[in-house]
Amino acid sequence: MPTGADRGSGPIDRVRADLDQLRRQRQRQTLIFGAVFLVALALSIDFTRFLPDRLAAGLPRIGSYLYDTLPTLDPAVLFADSKAEGSLAYWYFNLPNYLQLLFETVNMALLGTLLGFAGGFLLCFPASRNVAPGRWIAVAARRITELQRAVPEIVYALLFVWAFGIGPLAGITAIAIHTSGALAKLFSEVVENASLRPVEGVRAAGGSWFDEMRYGILPQVLPNFLSYALLRFEINIRSSAIIGFVGAGGIGQELYYVISFNFYEEVSAILLLVVLTVMAVDHLSDRLRQGAIGKESLA
Amino acid sequence: MSMTIAAAGAAVPAARERHPEVFAAAARRKRRFQIALLVLAAYLAWSCWLFEITPARVFGGLDKMAVVLRQMVVWKDMASWDYAGIFEGLAQTLAMAFLGTLVAALVAVPLGFLGARNVNGVKLLRWPVRRLFDLLRGIDTLVWALVFVRAVGLGPLAGVLAIMTSDTGTLGKLYAEAVENVDRKPMEGVRATGAGALQELRFGALPQVLPVFLSQALYFFESNTRSATVLGVVGAGGIGLQLSDRIRVQYWDQACFIIVLILVTVAVIDFLSRKIRERFIGTSNA
Repeated sequence: MPTGADRGSGPIDRVRADLDQLRRQRQRQTLIFGAVFLVALALSIDFTRFLPDRLAAGLPRIGSYLYDTLPTLDPAVLFADSKAEGSLAYWYFNLPNYLQLLFETVNMALLGTLLGFAGGFLLCFPASRNVAPGRWIAVAARRITELQRAVPEIVYALLFVWAFGIGPLAGITAIAIHTSGALAKLFSEVVENASLRPVEGVRAAGGSWFDEMRYGILPQVLPNFLSYALLRFEINIRSSAIIGFVGAGGIGQELYYVISFNFYEEVSAILLLVVLTVMAVDHLSDRLRQGAIGKESLA
Repeated sequence: MSMTIAAAGAAVPAARERHPEVFAAAARRKRRFQIALLVLAAYLAWSCWLFEITPARVFGGLDKMAVVLRQMVVWKDMASWDYAGIFEGLAQTLAMAFLGTLVAALVAVPLGFLGARNVNGVKLLRWPVRRLFDLLRGIDTLVWALVFVRAVGLGPLAGVLAIMTSDTGTLGKLYAEAVENVDRKPMEGVRATGAGALQELRFGALPQVLPVFLSQALYFFESNTRSATVLGVVGAGGIGLQLSDRIRVQYWDQACFIIVLILVTVAVIDFLSRKIRERFIGTSNA
């Protein structure tokens, strides 16, 4: 076919051939990805028994379970005392206990965040590549913080419950270690972006490494540190509310208890309180954060 | 050097006399810092009292932890370990994360459009969708897992449902925000050709938000791999069940092996997910 050979030699045809090849390559890749995806889907469904018959059996039960947890409120006696079934007081008959546990939960988060802040603060300077006193110190500090944050809090809590016994101390320690690793990473990113000129100034005046950090770096990074710590506090409130599932104190322990023993109405009562507390803390910390950053950015 | 510092030191009293307000401000700052430290110390002391943290408890616990750590690094009788169970748990964990994220992403797409201001103009319809998102993501995955274990029984199915439920809330919210941020011009162009409302969304909005949707879903797959590793602690299957069982019976070496296995798996998933994101969305978006 002479005409075919002629067509194949023109520049437009070469572009067209390249395009065809690219398209085929693209199709092949999409096909491979699609096949991998389908295999993963099939395996996942098999591993988890996510099958239509089990779902059909389970979903109505979930519905009825969630329905059972809803309180039965009767408008007629809504504000009556805790003796009257259908009143708010009847739903929240255990309120003083809940509030005490919530108070404990918030304090666990606060103490864990404070200790984690201290740990992250001490670790972030040696872990920052630009100011670390030596390459190997930086590597070692980085590995420590990675180990701290890679293990989930609840796994630490399981270990510490065994070591410290059941109670808030295990939860606080677990939160503090995880927070230290997470904050050290964020902090060292801030430090690595700080200007080194003040550091050189302090060094020129004869300051030690600690002076360089204290007077050269810290004033630049402190507002960001505080802001990150507040964000972490919001996260830690959530963790400290559930860390009690393994016996590490706080309202999570009570929640685990009422769910396990099917005290339906108490489940919704506690969950509502936890969600409200989390929202309140978020709101408060949002205001504080704006204060911390806003003031500094004006200066 | 020391000369200049000494000279500067000698100049301080003179400077203090000339600019008392500067020095007063410094003293005020220092006093405020000291008060903050005092408050902090008082809080620490008070919480030690509240939580009954005594040196004896702390050091006793640390001694126990030292024993645990020593037993963690010495792996004994490795031939007798239940590898089949451990790796099945790991596979279940990955499957839970994968299915949970997939179903949540699929459910979140229509809900995200329903919750977006520029698509669903009726505030009365949008409000319940948004509050549903808040409710679903306001309750932690672990709590959902516990609830679903009560409802459908022990096992990974409860884990899938838990991840799905809380992620529907988070992804739905993120998707709704992505839809609200689309450029209106392509949608107007599609409408100008005489298309209906659904076609307008399909050809005007969807191409803009799909990369965002996909990227978010992949991020959540990563983070769900992490959360799925611990769901077994409350009985929702996966590697967490294997881990908490071994901690309960104090097989510390096997517990350590499982923790290492989890860390490696999470790192591999992070790596793969980054590659996929780069392939489908381009590096700039990732």
